[in-house]
Amino acid sequence: MSQDTIIKVAGLSKNFGGVKAVNGVSFELKRGEALGIIGPNGSGKSTMINLITGFVKPSSGKVFYNGRDITGLSPDKIVNLGIARSFQMAKPFYNMPVYKNLIIPLFSPRARKLAGGRHGDRDESAIHLLEEVGFERDSHIPYKPAGSLPHGYVKRLELARCLALEPDVIILDELFSGMSMSEVAGILPFLERLRDEGKTLIMVEHRLRELFRVVDKAICLNFGEKIAEGAPEEVVQNEEVKKSYLGSEVVSGA
Amino acid sequence: MRIQAGFRKERIDRGIKARTDDIFAIASCREILYLVGPRFLLIAALLIFPLLKSITGIYWQNVLMITATIALLALSWDLLHSVGLVSLGQALFFGAGAYATGYLNSKFGWSPVLAIPAATLLGALFSTALLYPVLRLRGIYFGLITFAVPMLLMRIIEATKILGGTEGISGLTPLPGITITLYIIIAVTLVCVYGYQRLFETDYGLVFKAIRDNDRSVIAAGFNIQLFKAQAVFLAALPATFAGAFLTHHYQFVGLPAFAMDYSVLPMASVIIGGPGSFIGAMLGAFIVVPLSEFLRTFGTLRIVIYSLVLLVFVVGLPQGLFHYLKRKYDQFERLVPIEEVEK
Ligand SMILES: Nc1ncnc2c1ncn2[C@@H]1O[C@H](COP(=O)(O)OP(=O)(O)O)[C@@H](O)[C@H]1O
Ligand SMILES: [Mg+2]
Repeated sequence: MSQDTIIKVAGLSKNFGGVKAVNGVSFELKRGEALGIIGPNGSGKSTMINLITGFVKPSSGKVFYNGRDITGLSPDKIVNLGIARSFQMAKPFYNMPVYKNLIIPLFSPRARKLAGGRHGDRDESAIHLLEEVGFERDSHIPYKPAGSLPHGYVKRLELARCLALEPDVIILDELFSGMSMSEVAGILPFLERLRDEGKTLIMVEHRLRELFRVVDKAICLNFGEKIAEGAPEEVVQNEEVKKSYLGSEVVSGA
Repeated sequence: MRIQAGFRKERIDRGIKARTDDIFAIASCREILYLVGPRFLLIAALLIFPLLKSITGIYWQNVLMITATIALLALSWDLLHSVGLVSLGQALFFGAGAYATGYLNSKFGWSPVLAIPAATLLGALFSTALLYPVLRLRGIYFGLITFAVPMLLMRIIEATKILGGTEGISGLTPLPGITITLYIIIAVTLVCVYGYQRLFETDYGLVFKAIRDNDRSVIAAGFNIQLFKAQAVFLAALPATFAGAFLTHHYQFVGLPAFAMDYSVLPMASVIIGGPGSFIGAMLGAFIVVPLSEFLRTFGTLRIVIYSLVLLVFVVGLPQGLFHYLKRKYDQFERLVPIEEVEK
C-alpha cells in the first residue's frame, strides 16, 4: 500500500441470504482522487458504500483507511475518523427547521473536536453551509420545516450535512437523482472545487456525463462484481460494461 | 343539504410576536401579562391548592399527591417519546425508585433527605442498565420489553422473597405534613417541566429530536445513538424514580404494587390527552386523567365506561392534545368572515 493511499478495499463481499450483493471487490483510492462507481440497479453500489462506512458488516474482506483496518468498526466511529456519506434515499430531520438539520453534524464529536472548543455560532455556520450548496441566503427556506422541502433541496441538504463534518473523504450515493438539470448544473462546479481542494470523493451516479466532469477514475459493478476499472473514458468503452450497463446506447464521456 | 354557507372561519395571530429567536422585545405591560399570565396562573393555582386543606379535605389533597406523581411519570414518558422510544412500562422506574429508597431507609436507616435523592439516582442507573441491551429495538418491540420488565421484577421479588417478598417493607420514615409534602412534589414537577423544556432548546437536546426523526442520519453525523438513547433513558428515569421514592415515604410502605400497571398506563394516557412534545402538555394531561378518575368513583360500575368515553372524546377530538389546542386558541383570534357566494 503506497503512502498516499487513503482508502483500500480488499476482497470485500456481502451476502444477503443467497444474494451476493457485493462479491470480492478490491480497489484503492489515493488521497485527493475522485472515484465514480457505476453499474446497473441492484449491482451492489449502495451496499459497497454501506460496507465502507460501517453501516453494513462485510461477510468477508477488509477495508483500510489511512492504512488502518476499519473493517467492522461502528458507523459513528468511522464518520468521526473523517469519512462522511450521503444516503441514496435522503431523509431530513422532518420536524426541525432546515438550518437546524445541520446543527446535528456541527455538534458531532468530530466537528466539536476540529473546532477545538470554540465553535462560534453554530446557527451561523449552518446558514453558511446551506449557502454553499445553493440555498438562497436571504430566502425564508432555511427557516422552514425540513419536512416541506422539495426533493432537490433535500439532496443538497444531504450534501451540506456531509460537509458540516469537515470530512477527508466524502461518499455520495446518487446525489444527482431527484435533482433537476439546472440543480445538477448548479452543484457541479461546487463538487469540482471540492475535488480541486484535495478532498477525496467517491460518487455513485447514473448521470455519467455530469459524473465524469468530477471524477478522474471509475469502476463498474455488475451483480456485485467489479467488471471494469480505470479512467472514465476507458470504462465506458469496456465491452462488458457496454453490454451489462450501457446497453446499445453509446455514451460519450465528458 | 346545505349548511348556512357564506361564512368561513379565519384565524389571525395575535399581534404580539414578543419573542423572536433570542431577542426579547416586549412593548407594554399588557404584552408581558399576555406572556407570563398563563404560567403565573398555573403556578399560583398549584401553590394555593395545598393551603385549602380545610375546604378540599384531605382526600383531594391526596388526589393532588397522586396527580403530581403521575405528572412526573408522564414527563418521563414524554421525554422518552421525544427520542422515539415508546414506554409501556413506566412502572419500572417508579418501582425501582420505590424499592431503592425502601431498602436504604429500612436497612441502613438513611433518612428520606438522603434516601430519596440516592434512590432517585440509583433507580435511574438500575433502569438504564436494565434497558440498555434493548435500546436498539424500536417502536412496539421496545414497548413490549418495557411492558414485561416490571412484571418480571415483581415475580422475581415474589419468588426469591428478597426486599420483603410479597409482604413488602413497611414502617418507613414518613414525610413531614401533607402541605410541605405537596409543595415539594409540585416544585419538583415544575422544575422538571422547565428543565426538560430547556434541555430541548440546546444542541444536545436537538440530537434527541433528531434520533426520533431519522436515526440513520444521526449515526451518519458521528453519534453513538445507543449511548444517546441511554442518556435519554437516564434523564427520563429521574423524575419517575423520584416519584416512586417520594410516594414510598408518603405511604411509609413499599411492596409489589410499586410495579402496578397503573403507573404505566396513566402516564401514557396523560401525555396522549395533554399532547406530546411540550412537557407542559404531559403535566396538564395528568391533571385531567387522575382527578377525573377519582371524581368518577361516585358513578360506581359506570365509572370505567364514562372514563373511557371521555378519553375517547379527547383522543378523537384533539388528536394533537389539549395543550396544542389551548395554545392555538390563546395565540390566535378566530372570526367568521363572509365569503362570496359562488353558486346559488
Ligand atoms: N439490507 C438488505 N437486505 C437484503 N438484501 C439487500 C439489502 N440491501 C441490498 N440488498 C440487495 O443487494 C443487492 C444490491 O443492492 P444495492 O447495493 O442497493 O444496489 P445498487 O445501489 O447498485 O442499486 C440487491 O439485489 C438488493 O436487493
Ligand atoms: Mg443504490
